Amino acid sequence: MEPVCNKTCLELSFPATETEASAGISQLSAGLAKRGLPPHKADDVKIALAEAINNVVEHAYNGVAPAKVRVTCRLDQDRLDILISDTGHPLPGCHPPDGTPASLGTRIQDLPEGGFGWFLIHQLTNDIWYERRDGCNRLSLRFNFESTR
Amino acid sequence: MGLTSKTTGATQIITVHSDRIDAAMAIQFKEDMRAETESNANRVVLDLSDVQFIDSSGLGAIVASMKQLGKDRRLDLAGLQPVVEKVFHLTRMDTVFKLFATLDDALTAPEA
Repeated sequence: MEPVCNKTCLELSFPATETEASAGISQLSAGLAKRGLPPHKADDVKIALAEAINNVVEHAYNGVAPAKVRVTCRLDQDRLDILISDTGHPLPGCHPPDGTPASLGTRIQDLPEGGFGWFLIHQLTNDIWYERRDGCNRLSLRFNFESTR
Repeated sequence: MGLTSKTTGATQIITVHSDRIDAAMAIQFKEDMRAETESNANRVVLDLSDVQFIDSSGLGAIVASMKQLGKDRRLDLAGLQPVVEKVFHLTRMDTVFKLFATLDDALTAPEA
């Protein structure tokens, strides 16, 4: 699981399991910090990255043997682009979900325990782009640095 | 995963000894919480001071832990790190749980 990298790029590939994903997310976060990701964006990037990778583990490879998740990060002066690719099932409708969160309702027993992943990704990124190409899912997340959220 | 628990009066304090609660450990967390909260304390305070990261699966596991307590018992959260607090805030779960900056704050707060 050694990252291939230079000054502004960071690439990591790991098997799409929860344990490998957990380690991979930590490694990518640390690697991005070392390469100059502005500290005020670090939390946003880590949360969105974790949700996107967890989606691959839980949904793209649901019911099939998990292959690999490849994450490529490109860090520029004013933004970070992250490309996440896998060879699992395409996103439903070949489109990223809107990410409308489940209503919190009024009763504790009715509280949602999931369904927040895409909502968080939408909240924390500036742009989301997805394509299915040659049996691969390619999800790109963009984070602009000038906006402080 | 690693939870420890102690009881002060009617309050049970459960401390999470992990730097994250994420998809890889959410199920274990939920099971460990079920075991720890069999004591029937009315109020459970979950000390999250050591937790440096949480994802939506971890959040879901904390929500599930509260539901497991039933409607007459309460789960409050203490010591949330900024990134953990952010996840609660964005998902509006900060309106569902009582959040305290520190464990001391949680223990000295007048009980509702």
